[in-house]
Amino acid sequence: MEKTWNNKAWFMVLPVLLLVAFSAVIPLMTVVNYSVQDTFGNNQFFWAGTEWFEEVLHSERFHASLGRNLVFSFIILAIEVPLGIIIALNMPRKGWGVPVCLVLMALPLLIPWNVVGTIWQVFGRVDIGLLGRTLANLGINYNYVQNPMHAWFTVIIMDVWHWTSLVVLLCYAGLVSIPDAFYQAAKIDGASRWAVFRYIQLPKMNRVLLIAVLLRFMDSFMIYTEPFVVTGGGPGNSTTFLSIDLVKVAVGQFDLGPAAAMSIIYFLIILLLSWVFYTVMTNYDAER
Amino acid sequence: MARIDLNHIRHAYGSNPRSDKDYALKEVHHSWEDGGAYALLGPSGCGKTTLLNIISGLIHPSHGQLLFDGVDVTNLSTQERNIAQVFQFPVIYDTMTVYDNLAFPLRNRGVPQAEIDRKVRETLEMIDLASWADKKARGLTADQKQKISLGRGLVRSDVNAILFDEPLTVIDPHMKWVLRSQLKQLHQRFGYTMVYVTHDQTEALTFAQKVVVMYDGEIVQIGTPEELFERPKHTFVGYFIGSPGMNVMPVKLSGGMAQIGSHQIQLPSPVMPANAKVIELGIRPEYVRLGRTGMPVKIAKVEDIGRHKIVRTKLENQDIAIIVEEGGDIPAEPHVAFDPKGINIYADSWRVGGQ
Repeated sequence: MEKTWNNKAWFMVLPVLLLVAFSAVIPLMTVVNYSVQDTFGNNQFFWAGTEWFEEVLHSERFHASLGRNLVFSFIILAIEVPLGIIIALNMPRKGWGVPVCLVLMALPLLIPWNVVGTIWQVFGRVDIGLLGRTLANLGINYNYVQNPMHAWFTVIIMDVWHWTSLVVLLCYAGLVSIPDAFYQAAKIDGASRWAVFRYIQLPKMNRVLLIAVLLRFMDSFMIYTEPFVVTGGGPGNSTTFLSIDLVKVAVGQFDLGPAAAMSIIYFLIILLLSWVFYTVMTNYDAER
Repeated sequence: MARIDLNHIRHAYGSNPRSDKDYALKEVHHSWEDGGAYALLGPSGCGKTTLLNIISGLIHPSHGQLLFDGVDVTNLSTQERNIAQVFQFPVIYDTMTVYDNLAFPLRNRGVPQAEIDRKVRETLEMIDLASWADKKARGLTADQKQKISLGRGLVRSDVNAILFDEPLTVIDPHMKWVLRSQLKQLHQRFGYTMVYVTHDQTEALTFAQKVVVMYDGEIVQIGTPEELFERPKHTFVGYFIGSPGMNVMPVKLSGGMAQIGSHQIQLPSPVMPANAKVIELGIRPEYVRLGRTGMPVKIAKVEDIGRHKIVRTKLENQDIAIIVEEGGDIPAEPHVAFDPKGINIYADSWRVGGQ
């Protein structure tokens, strides 16, 4: 049979191509363009080569925000993943409790980022916030505006509050897909609660956990809005994560070259780390 | 191994059962012998899985008691009952090796390491998986996985009974035969009390010494495969076992004769059921003779299924299936005769009369 060729089909793809070009390729190329040139305005550009990249890579300020970001991601993963699993394990499997729990879990996910930031900014305030006042009344000298530790504490609690639900919902989906027979067999085999978790529930949650870790890592590594609203990156630079720093460089100081170089490095780091996570976890999965 | 006594057991899934209809399992009162191989046979929803789960302790019966060797275990948990169960879909611990899967129930019970090793190796031999011991269980085929589920029961020396819940559903047909005969061998060699739930009559008849036929929440007959075939106690048994099932037709009894439509048939022994609403005559297709004498029938259809032919005929308005040997004669003016030893009489669906 002869194949029919119809080149009109290309026109069908055109809208998508245009859309992707305008939404992704062209902006990205602009960034690349800025990252290798220097400009003093007036649309005058001078070739800078890898100068900005070297500058960013050697800048202590960049190292510091990268470090903060890594620590932040590590802490929230270490809290949200186990906490999410524990909550998912204790959620009801049937009855009226299921929809109630699911809605309660989904609520934080539905709140826009800057609203979450505002909520916690007010919530934590020492003068009017519920949390701030309560802690003050308990005799704890809590002040996230001045104390870096308190600022970190607030930002982390906020993220845990906002995003643990995602891990919970993913794990819950993994858990409900386990047939009853597995639990019955485990009962018959005399398995302890821990053994049931270790040998039945955890292996079945494996894949969703991989997705949860990836999503939470990428998201937390790109976090911007909430800490920006709550702490504005302060006190000092203590909660200045990469994206906040990037905005400071690009918009605050209008250093387009370094900012562009930083964007690209930032992007590559996320890509690299996600790839590493993914490969390590899928290989681990295949081995077992 | 243990004798299992089912003492007036009834079960309803809803609370507050009022009438018989609310019971998924109507009264069951039987004793199953130690070391027996029983098959629970019946269509979907007849209560056979409910009964199995009551024995295994996954369901607590609404009424009645369950005894293992005379000891009341009704209120004991599944673990305490010491039973093994093989489920419809293979349940294995994916992340463990075959060896660890079998060792798991023993380790959970704190059996000493040397004993575990000895029992596991022994069981691996029994289920023919010795060479797979160190492989991850997840890479195995469905029938091997089912063997592991079985092995996890066999490995415990103290199990009271091994329960099977339609264990061959996901197994390829030719492997079904192999597994079934291996099960039978294990039973003969080690004398486990086995209870096997299935809706497949071939499976039940080949596996079990005693087949328990269930229908609509009741046990309608417990018998050897032969008894079920020759003397079905209930028209349902006649219809459910055999392929095709028993021919059942309404008759009128008078003296030693049965009247079907306008025809009279001599019964092997006279029966006179008292005040039954419906009297029926049942005869298996194997006992209907197609020939040139007897009652005239019309042939509706002939199905050739290889070993023999199934001839579907009409005797007046009554459908009658007949099995004719391959190469058997199908006359142009067909008549049927009933072999007297295959005739059973049913009053309100239950068999009446001797033997």
